[in-house]
Formats: sequence, structure tokens, C-alpha cells
Amino acid sequence: MLLLLSACGEKPLTNVEHGNRHQILHIGNGEEPKGLDPHLTTGSPDRNVTAGLYEGLTSLHPKTLKPGPGVAESWSISEDETTYVFNIRKNARWSNGDPVTAHDFVWTFKRALTPTLPNEYAYMMYYLRNAEAYHTGEITDFSQVGIKALSDHQLEIQLNYPASFFLQLLDHHSFYPLHKDTVLAHGEIDDPLNKWSLPGTFVGNGPFVLTKWELNNVIVLEKNPLYWDAENIKLNEIHFYPIVDALDEERAFRAGQIHVTYTPQMAIEKIAVYKEKNPELIQIFPNYSTYYYNFNTTRPPFDDVRVRKAFAYAVDRVTLTEKVTKGEEVPAYSLIPPDPEGYTPKEYFKFDVKEAQRLLAEAGYPNGEGFPVKNILYNTNANHKKVALAIQQMLKENLNVDVQLENQEWKVYLDSMHNLNHDIARAGWIADYVEPTNFTDILIPGGGNNHTGWADPEYRKILDEIKRTSDLEKRYALFEKANKMIADNMPLLPLYYYTDLNLKQTSVKGWYENVMHYHPFNGVYLDDGSTEAQ
Amino acid sequence: MLRFIALRLLTAIPVLFTVILITFVLIRLAPGGPFDQERAVPDAVKESLNQRYHLDDPVHVQFFDYLGNLLKGDFGPSFKYPTRSVTEIISKGIPVTMELGVYALIVAMVIGIFSGVVAAMKPNTMQDYGPMSLAMIGICLPSFVLGPMLVLTLGIWLEVLPVSGWNASPGDKILPAITLGAAYAAYVARLTRGGMLEVLSQDYIRTARAKGVSPFRVLTRHALRGGLAPVVSFAGPAAAGLLSGSFVVETIYQIPGLGRFYLQAAFNRDYTMILGTTIFFASLIIVFNLIADVILVWLNPRLRGSLGK
Repeated sequence: MLLLLSACGEKPLTNVEHGNRHQILHIGNGEEPKGLDPHLTTGSPDRNVTAGLYEGLTSLHPKTLKPGPGVAESWSISEDETTYVFNIRKNARWSNGDPVTAHDFVWTFKRALTPTLPNEYAYMMYYLRNAEAYHTGEITDFSQVGIKALSDHQLEIQLNYPASFFLQLLDHHSFYPLHKDTVLAHGEIDDPLNKWSLPGTFVGNGPFVLTKWELNNVIVLEKNPLYWDAENIKLNEIHFYPIVDALDEERAFRAGQIHVTYTPQMAIEKIAVYKEKNPELIQIFPNYSTYYYNFNTTRPPFDDVRVRKAFAYAVDRVTLTEKVTKGEEVPAYSLIPPDPEGYTPKEYFKFDVKEAQRLLAEAGYPNGEGFPVKNILYNTNANHKKVALAIQQMLKENLNVDVQLENQEWKVYLDSMHNLNHDIARAGWIADYVEPTNFTDILIPGGGNNHTGWADPEYRKILDEIKRTSDLEKRYALFEKANKMIADNMPLLPLYYYTDLNLKQTSVKGWYENVMHYHPFNGVYLDDGSTEAQ
Repeated sequence: MLRFIALRLLTAIPVLFTVILITFVLIRLAPGGPFDQERAVPDAVKESLNQRYHLDDPVHVQFFDYLGNLLKGDFGPSFKYPTRSVTEIISKGIPVTMELGVYALIVAMVIGIFSGVVAAMKPNTMQDYGPMSLAMIGICLPSFVLGPMLVLTLGIWLEVLPVSGWNASPGDKILPAITLGAAYAAYVARLTRGGMLEVLSQDYIRTARAKGVSPFRVLTRHALRGGLAPVVSFAGPAAAGLLSGSFVVETIYQIPGLGRFYLQAAFNRDYTMILGTTIFFASLIIVFNLIADVILVWLNPRLRGSLGK
């Protein structure tokens, strides 16, 4: 064994050192992606890879997330803001050399909206005229849907109503174009088992192409020489490694095997160490997402709004984020995070033990007496456990209420939540795009993501009104109305807004943090110059 | 002997059937389905998925359909990775797991037998206590503790070995093999010591010594063959255990072996994948036990009579 060890004593280059010399980026990418067909994937690891493989009509700026030209070099918007005409670059090519045309987009949207294709993000296209009707089978003639090729390089899209964020959506994976002939060569239009997106048969229009995918090992993207802007792409390869455990990922980072840890969270105990010893390696940035606890409002004691409020007021979020989660998370007093685009929710309550005690007494449990012992449910995870322990302690101290902790394996936990088989359950929500409806829609009465049982028709009315309103000021006023209504009814207990906690080698350049944890690879390059990472 | 093997293989059929039946029922009883996600899946999508995977058929129909396909050698598509078939995943994962298992077995046998023999030669001295204490630690130390410790010392502090990957850089197979083999090495060491002590006190060893045979020759020619019998009977289950129990090591070191898929399949409720891997591992264990029995008979002629003519 010693012989073996000494034979390797020459210290071969680490991935990072080798990568820096050859412009090969190595990334830890969480769970193994389910697939790379953008109509059939949902997870963020999948999204991270497809971001390099395809290009939408628009491209979000890596720093500001403002939509800029993508495959479309320009566009015009009608006066009433419902008709968009996109001019597609004449030099845009698929990775097999075919030109990217407006017809490709029409066909792709048709596939995305095919009722029998299990596309979970089809609803994102419902802003298009008649898209919902086509997707639900009400109409079968796709030409009635609001997308049309005016010519090979002109694409018209019609919306149901003005949506100020529509250009942003076009860089979402569900809007990426697909190469029709390739997809159909390997299966029907609605075949979810279609293997076209595997290496060898893959065709895309992004800055990189898929050259290798070994399950549970590595996904390799190589620079696409046919990409219209190939001369400005500096990376030669990107290697994605499926590393689920945050501690395993941190070790791989420390050993120089990956440039970036991509899983949004890291082990809490490592944060302080990095902040103190290697602050240049740790990236902390607010994320457009909320961590909260669902109350089950359909059964006692949480069917009483006073009890729910008492709990919400009794949690000291500042202590929670500073002493427990430690990742510079922002204490949350609203389900909706402050929106970098403009909307900032008002805070209708604060940490107030006196008021919490008063409400609990009013509900019939003075000083917590007679309050039944209930469970806080969370999916098995060290970080969730730490949060739950802290809240258990706060409720005991501030309300003299005992709660127990219950952890369940992921799918069991999902099952409990979907069936309202919980009293208090931990939850988190990460937005698909920067727009408050991502959060207000969680609580749609009877909606599949509403795990509180709270169903107020008044609230639905507000949501419907938001949909019909395009004026920004009026929309903000409606969001505020929804926000107040949530605070008045407290079906859930907002705890904090997440931050992204990532480790990044200093050699990675052109990589910016943003609230969506979205990192296009176009401008990324590696340069270890004099600041080589250890 | 052939009769013995044929009989054993025949009894494997009901065993496998029971394994399939129990697994099939258990995974469907587990809360949560393969398509459940944090975000609610639209009903239409769920319906079309259930249809596609025939989950809307009655359970007994699903079971017999599955058996029918199985007889044709078709494990079906993975629920989690729709572009891959279970057969493909198993056939790509098993060579990796086997390679790792073989290295680990070599580590276990070489270290285990050597230290066991060393200990048995001078029982109840430091030469015995030293290796045996190490063996005890090896047994007590689970791989999820040993793995990260090795990574920290050899990978990160001394920077002599890579800490993850498989076939990605030279030497990346060493740490996983040691981590996986360590516990087995410890067992082998204790078994070897026990077996050797017993054999070394036998009359024929004393006879050999009395004849003036050199201690080394006594050890290698006379004692080892009998003394290793317990190790051999342990090797079958150990080989199976190495193959099916390598998921912790595979996860720590990011190795694309089958063990990791097996574990993830359970968490993902990937029905076809769970069944496929379970059947595969069950068959492996049956085969390995059979091989171990055959070797045992070959090593110990006295057992041959008990085979049943």
C-alpha cells in the first residue's frame, strides 16, 4: 500500500489547476439531472446544464437579469403590449449546421403545449393567446395559438394580456427552441422517453454542445464552434459533477477538484470557517426565495388565526438567522421577498412576545396552558433540523408551548404535505422568475402548492385582478393587498429569505451573483494569474 | 457436484420470486410516488405519466406485466431518468461496482490474512494484540467516518491522492478501495487468526513439526489450507456485501457504481430501478453463496459426503 501511495506522490495537477490552463470549468451540480430535454426537466441541476446547451429568444444579463438579445437580435412590442415581433439572428445555427428559424420556435412551442407530453412547465406559456386552451385540449388547431412565423427570421407572439415580465420568461428553459427533425427522428412529439437529448444525437443552439453524459459521474459540454457568438466564448469545456452532499462537495472543492459549488446551500458549520479563513472563496448573495412554515389551518389548534399569529410573532427571526443559519439570510415578515425589480412588501408584524402571549391567551391558552403538543414536520436534513430546534426553543421560552420535531424522508414528507397530514411543516419556495406572483400564487385556494388548507375566495379575487392588471403601480398595490391579507390570516409563518452560499475559486471570472442563482456561461472564463486559488 | 449446483439453482427460483413480490408490494406501500415533487405536478401531467408507465392499471396487472417483461429480459425504463433503461443503468454501473469490489476484496484479503496469520503465530503477545486491536478499530469504524478521515489526511492535507472521481485521475481508486475493504480486512484478520489457532493446535501440525518441517513450510503447506476455511465461507457473503454495500463509499467518492443508483432509486421511488437492482443483487448473492459453498467443498473433502447423492 505504501508503494502505491508513494507512486502517486508526484502531485498531478488538480482539476482546477488543469482547468485553469485549458479553460475547462469544473462544477459541482447537486443531484443528477433527470434529463436534458428542456420540456421534460424541472430541477435546477438540469437547468444549470441546459443553460449552456440552448439559447432562448432573449438572454438574461448575468448580473442584473435584465433581458437582452439572445437568438433574437431585436424585437418590437405593440402599443397595447400584447404583440411581440422578434427578429431572429440570420447567423444563428443549430449545432448540426442548420439555421435557427422562426418555424423552429413555432414547432417547439407546439410540442411544449402538446397535451399528452408531460411538460410540467407548460403553464408558463399560458400567457400566450389560446395556449391554455390548446394545452388542455379545448382547441386542437395550433394555428389559433398566439405564435406565428412571419418569415424565416421573424416571429410574432401574441399574449392574452400585457405581461411586463414576458421577455424575462423567454430565457427560461421551457422556452428554449428544439431542433424538430432531431426530436422527431427519435420518437413521437409527446414521447417522454425520447432519447434525442443524449450525447451523440443531441442538437442544440447554445454556446456549448453535449459530448458526454455518464450517469452519476460527469456531464461534459464542449464549446459549440457553430454558435453565432462562438468567438466570444472563452471556455472550452464545462464538466458537471453530481455531488449531492454539501460536505462531500466542500471536500471536493477544497481538494481542487471543482471550481464552483453549485448547490445553493452549504453545510452551516462550514460558513464561519470560510468567512474567517478564506473570505475570497465564499459567495453569499440574497436569493429570490422564502423559507417558511406551513400551518395546517384545517384542524385545531391552528384553525384559530390567533394561535397562528401568536406563533408567528413569537419567533425571533434575527436570532434565527444570525445564530443558527448564519448564512446572512434576511429575516422575513412576508411570504413575498423584496423584489429587485421594484416591489417591496410592507411588514405587518414583528417579533413581539407580549402580543404573541396576549393572542395565545385570547385563543384560550393563557401562558400556553392546555396547549396540545404538536409536531413541526421537516424533511430529513441537518440544516432544517437546526432551524426547527431553534424554533422549538423559542416557542417554549416565549409562549411556554411544547412542540415536537418530526423528520420524514423526502417523498414521505411530500406525501404528508400534499395530504395536509401535518400541523406545522417546513417549506421553501424558489421563484422561476423575478415577479411576486411566483409567491402569491402559492396560496391559491385549493392549489396544489397550498399546503395550509387556507382557502379564502377574497384572496383568489385579488389574484385574478393581478392577472388582469398590467399597470405596475396598480399591480404593486394589489400585491400589497395580497400581502396584507396573508399577514392578517397568517396561514404560514415566514422565517427568512434564503441566500445562495457558494464556494468559488478566485480563478473563475465573469461569474456574477444574482437573485435567481442563474449563471449563464457565455462570459465566464478562467484566469489564475497571480491570484491562484489554493 | 453438478447435481448439487443444479439443485441450488432450482431453489433460487422461488427465492427470487419472493424477493420480487415483496419488493413490488413494499415500494408501492411506501408513501409518495415516483412523480411527486415539491411543486405540485399538474393533474394532466400526472395522468399522462401514470398512463405512460401503466401505473393506472390494477396492481396485480402491473405485477404480472412486470414479470412478463422480466422473462423477456426487460427491466423497463427508469422512472427517474426517462432517457435511460434500467438494464442500461445496471450494465454501466455494475462493472464499476465490481471493479471497486475486487480492489476492496484484495485489500481485505491481503491485509486481513497477513495480519491474522501474524497474530496467530504468537498468540497473546504484542504480535497478536497489535494487529487484533487494529482489526477491532476497523470493524467499529464505519465507512462514512473512515472515508472522510482518509480524504482529509491523504487528499486534502498531504495532497497525495484525489478525493473523488473514478477513472478521472490516476490513483482515484485507492482511497475508495481502502475505505470499503477496511472493515472486511478486519473481519478476515479475526477469522484467519481463529482458524489458524485451531489448526495450529491439531495433531498433524505437531507431527509435521516433529518431522522437522520448517515453520514457514508448516504454515504455508499444512496450516493455511485448513486455517483459511472460515475465511472462505466468509468470502461469499463478503463479496456480495462489498457489491451491494458499496453505496456509502460510492457516495463519498462520487463513484458511478450501482450501489449509488440503488440507494437513490429508493429515495426517488424509481419503481423499475428499485426492482431491477434488487433482483440483480439478489441473484448476485445467490450466485456468490453457491460459489463459496463449492469452494468450501473443494477445500474440505469431508463435506463431500453430506452433499446428498
